[in-house]
Amino acid sequence: MLNPPQINKRVPLVSARQLNKSYGRLAAVRNVDIEAYSGEVLGVVGESGSGKSTVLRLLNLEEAVDSGSYSLDIDDLRGKNLFDLDRFDRRAVQVHHIGIVYQNPHLGLRMRYSSSGNVAERLLITGERTFATLREKSRDALSASEFPLDRMDDPPRVLSGGMQQRVQLAKAIALKPRLLLLDEPTTGLDVSIQATVLDTLKRIQRQREITMIIVSHDLGVIRTLADRVMVMRNGRVVEQGLTDQILEDPQDPYTQQLVHAKL
Amino acid sequence: MTLHNLVHQKSGYSYGFLDPFAKRELRRRMLKGIAIPGCQIPYASRELPIARGWGTGGLQVTLSLAGPNDIIKVIDQGADDSVNAANLRRFIKRMTGAATTTDTTQATLLQSRHRFPEERLHEGQALILQVPDPEPLRAVESDMAKSRILHADADYGQMWLVLYEQLVQFGRYMQGASYPVMVHDRYIMSPSPIPRWDTPMLHQSAHLTLLSAGREKRLYAVPPYTNVFPLEFSDMPFEVEDQRTWVSHSTGVRNKFMTEIPQDDGASSYELSDTSYLEKIVNQQHGHPNTIAPTYYDEDGQFYHAGYLKRRDDAESTPDQ
Repeated sequence: MLNPPQINKRVPLVSARQLNKSYGRLAAVRNVDIEAYSGEVLGVVGESGSGKSTVLRLLNLEEAVDSGSYSLDIDDLRGKNLFDLDRFDRRAVQVHHIGIVYQNPHLGLRMRYSSSGNVAERLLITGERTFATLREKSRDALSASEFPLDRMDDPPRVLSGGMQQRVQLAKAIALKPRLLLLDEPTTGLDVSIQATVLDTLKRIQRQREITMIIVSHDLGVIRTLADRVMVMRNGRVVEQGLTDQILEDPQDPYTQQLVHAKL
Repeated sequence: MTLHNLVHQKSGYSYGFLDPFAKRELRRRMLKGIAIPGCQIPYASRELPIARGWGTGGLQVTLSLAGPNDIIKVIDQGADDSVNAANLRRFIKRMTGAATTTDTTQATLLQSRHRFPEERLHEGQALILQVPDPEPLRAVESDMAKSRILHADADYGQMWLVLYEQLVQFGRYMQGASYPVMVHDRYIMSPSPIPRWDTPMLHQSAHLTLLSAGREKRLYAVPPYTNVFPLEFSDMPFEVEDQRTWVSHSTGVRNKFMTEIPQDDGASSYELSDTSYLEKIVNQQHGHPNTIAPTYYDEDGQFYHAGYLKRRDDAESTPDQ
């Protein structure tokens, strides 16, 4: 008797179905399905205004969805539609299971507090009340994101853009979430810094088997990191598939344009 | 035309100065505050013949609680004889017919600004604290609507973050007066600007504590025998002011809260902050018998709830910086 192929048996960690979101008359996201398996990196590309950041905000439960369902394959959440959770459960999911890195570090960090404090806040929210442990764990997270530890008590406002992104990353992975959302994490960084940050992301992804959903308009970033790509335009998914397949042999005219523009 | 003709006659006011509706509202709010320890309850703060910020919150609570059989004590930074305390005491007496005292053990209602008495309060007494700023989250969240949501969610991560930052920068908790406390494992409360010395006195106390901010129009309460703990990390204990070397100038007493008095030669002398306690000690030393209730801190500076307060030098490990 033959076993069916293993890959078919696996349940995706993230599965979102038929997401719809509009702002007034503008339909920002239309009937978008997203699946991402454990340990996979999903890239979302598209031009500005294509709805990719909105998708990320929906997945981070930051905004209410118009319609659609979203579930994570995590023990106590299995089978629940996360959009139906109340405020408290939603926050618990955000804190424990989802990490996010924004393009703009001001959205993700408290600029007045120390970098280690920004990371420690995540642990404080979950009830950690031992100062020594807080120091140790925030140091671990910062070193995992390759942040220079001698500057761990400097506030993010005196740090460079690349370092600020590393603090955001450390904060996002401090509680070892299963899902990491990245919204244009390297946009605005110069090319050499961008490369080192991408290196760090890749290493973390490999070491922790974390699922990443990375939103970017930069196909170079997507090519470096993503296993699978989803191309969005006007709130719809126009094409998706394996990264090299999409980038080398795009089928949809818009994707062809996009890839061509990159070259 | 004499002054007597110009001023309103006493009979023109209702009992306790506030109208019955105001008193009823305040009492309801107090009951709600007692039912939800540490939760800030809004109320309609009335106009009083003293300015906002001079104890109108505490005064409204006192006036709506006081009856003719009550005995009132008013404390201003530990003193019974400051202008503010004397004025409030006289006003309350005139408006309610209640008796007044300076003796902590005799009083039924104690209105206080920024201090607890040194002598332990007992069951049946109510301590009414005047509060300038009731919101402990003010420093971390300037939007009051948002801080109300934070309270509702018990989302106090930022308060802890502030303490973390202080430890990282200075190696100790820098907050002096008004040290934030967790009441009944639920609400973080600002205990009004009492020194850290007084903060532990809120814990499992026999008396009722009412805190009221007239300008901010909010009151909250700590009912008797309620858990109140200062925010502290498990390995960095909260400490009261270290005055172990300070000796009271006129009585030689140690380990009570002192006021520092600068001298002409640049040195300092120290005097007990609680004037009625000071008076009792002086009387006793001059051979006049006094009833002095047991104090919150004994002669060795040990707090009466054993084990509640740790000193830093008692702590076993010193965390890294």
